[in-house]
Amino acid sequence: MTTSLSRHPGPYFGDYGGRWVPEALIAALDELEAAYRAAAADPTFWAQLTDLHKNYVGRPSPLTEAPKFAQHCGAEAGNRVFLKREDLNHTGSHKINNVLGQALLARRMGKTRLIAETGAGQHGVATATAAALFDMDCVIYMGEEDTRRQALNVSRMRLLGAEVVPVTIGQRTLKDAINEALRAWVTDLETTHYLIGTVTGPHPFPEMVREFHNVIGNEARAQIQEKMGRLPDALVACVGGGSNALGLFNAFLDDPDVQIFGFEGGGHGVESGRHSARFAGGAVPGVIHGAKSYLMQDEDGQTLPSHSISAGLDYPSVGPEHSWLHDIGRATYRPILDTEAMEAFRILSQTEGIIPALESSHALAGAIKVGTELAAGGQRDQIIIVNLSGRGDKDVATASKYFGLLDAGVELGPEGGDL
Amino acid sequence: MVSQTSQRIDALKAEGRPALIGYLPCGFPSVARSIKAVTAMIDAGVDIVELGLPYSDPVMDGPVIQRASEAALAGGTRVRDVFTVVEAVRAYSPQTPVLVMSYFNPVLRYGVDAFARDLAAAGGAGLITPDLVPDEGAQWLAAAEAHDLDRVFLVAPSSTPARLELTSAASRGFVYAASHMGVTGARDSVDEAARRLVEATRQAGAERVCLGLGVTTAEHASLVGRFADGVIVGSAFVNALSVDEEWPARLDALTAVAHHFAEGVANSRKA
Repeated sequence: MTTSLSRHPGPYFGDYGGRWVPEALIAALDELEAAYRAAAADPTFWAQLTDLHKNYVGRPSPLTEAPKFAQHCGAEAGNRVFLKREDLNHTGSHKINNVLGQALLARRMGKTRLIAETGAGQHGVATATAAALFDMDCVIYMGEEDTRRQALNVSRMRLLGAEVVPVTIGQRTLKDAINEALRAWVTDLETTHYLIGTVTGPHPFPEMVREFHNVIGNEARAQIQEKMGRLPDALVACVGGGSNALGLFNAFLDDPDVQIFGFEGGGHGVESGRHSARFAGGAVPGVIHGAKSYLMQDEDGQTLPSHSISAGLDYPSVGPEHSWLHDIGRATYRPILDTEAMEAFRILSQTEGIIPALESSHALAGAIKVGTELAAGGQRDQIIIVNLSGRGDKDVATASKYFGLLDAGVELGPEGGDL
Repeated sequence: MVSQTSQRIDALKAEGRPALIGYLPCGFPSVARSIKAVTAMIDAGVDIVELGLPYSDPVMDGPVIQRASEAALAGGTRVRDVFTVVEAVRAYSPQTPVLVMSYFNPVLRYGVDAFARDLAAAGGAGLITPDLVPDEGAQWLAAAEAHDLDRVFLVAPSSTPARLELTSAASRGFVYAASHMGVTGARDSVDEAARRLVEATRQAGAERVCLGLGVTTAEHASLVGRFADGVIVGSAFVNALSVDEEWPARLDALTAVAHHFAEGVANSRKA
């Protein structure tokens, strides 16, 4: 057991993680782990990745203070809110950090083909982007239901040269897309890398994806020190699979004075049964997609359908490291209702001129809760960092419908989320 | 500590033929009818039953078994129904071992020891675990030991010699060799790699190795029977049971296919 939380290696995070996969995948996972360890120890690899971050993605992403938004987060008690602007990355979200890391690694391994799952389409777009950049073939698996809800991102992927395969089994959403990508990967391990889009899946994925997103927290730590001369009091992020959250959290896990909050998709409320709140909604540990973690399941162990207005949070399980951080009490996970997220979406757009992704809107709603509660508890001058994991362009159709912004008779195309 | 499965395979081996292992999902098209289907399959010449526990996320299965599992779940099939079917099949045919094939999460949720206890009480022979490798299997191995059940792990063409050894040592009953890299379902051929995998698994210490995945025709089965201790057939049987006909015709279709495979397997070691 290492004493440093932020350097915790796989395969296990407490009782979570591991490799709950068919034997056929083990050799490929061993090959991947060996290649990853070698790359991680090779300064050339990191130099290549850093160069891409700077010149292709546009990193470092700014840390923007949001004083008018902070009016809703206990500014009267001196609280200050800073947004980590992953929305400004190329392709519009944090997803590109992990994708470029894994794509570089795949190229080092001699793979010529990338496959990936996608829900909202953000990870699929990022993967298709890397495949175009590195001249690799690309196939994206996407639930048929999601291809309809996210038709714009399907077009983006196709424009980038990727093949999009609609998955027509199960609930036809993200979890089924992952199943299908796993099935497809087994048949073509020689040429193909499966580029998992979040901190879940079999070892080494949870650790590796976290490391590729570490840049978020490392930058934020340096930026807040420079601006404020000290560490923040609280970190806030949304948690679907949980990659943007771990990307921010990891650099601060060993700083006990930094409080850490993850916000899940509370949907219509945990009591309604229509939510994606794994921790708050009574889920118990289980195994799915190669990892042991909290899992929304019925009493027979069948996976339950999840719901969130944000497709990126609409997933019945969560990265195993989050389950561990939950159990040991290092991070606190709470649900945000669809309605609360939409209100935060509106507030940020109108106070700061930044349209956030619906996923990130859950983090913003969380910041309102945390800031208000800290102020009510008598704390003063709290510094809160919110991971603004993505921009909201993809969600404009959903928001327009939600807020009734369209003139009569005008159609704005498919929705960005499940209303 | 007697393995029903090993005994059956060894008895058939003494008769000069491999075992035909037939897969059907529990609860497809209903619990009662899945009992009928399994017993029909036995009457047609299946030696060992692999009873699938329907699961929402069957990552090792191709479209035919995915659809059947989905239908079984939509029809309300529960985990505990698997014990009912095992018990009924054992009552019908006491000499036929019944192995349950389950993805691991339903077992974990039920309670690994409780599942093993109830499976043993129903007369089940053991468990085939497609998404559990021995590395993660400590809890299941302890439960299987405590309740004297077979544990059938899988090996694949990608398995290294070290993994073949690990898996062979952890298995009881037989080792399930997956003929190719992929999911269950029809294939054009069973190739040389399958034979090499069976041989390598034996060299790694497995006493009994049965081969499955993509055994689509009786000719495949006959070919596989020359080198494997058992031939595992799934999608071909589920396909027969899935035809768009009245139930008696579906049962007849299954019987005909199973009979055909049984002949193929019986003849596999005859010149």
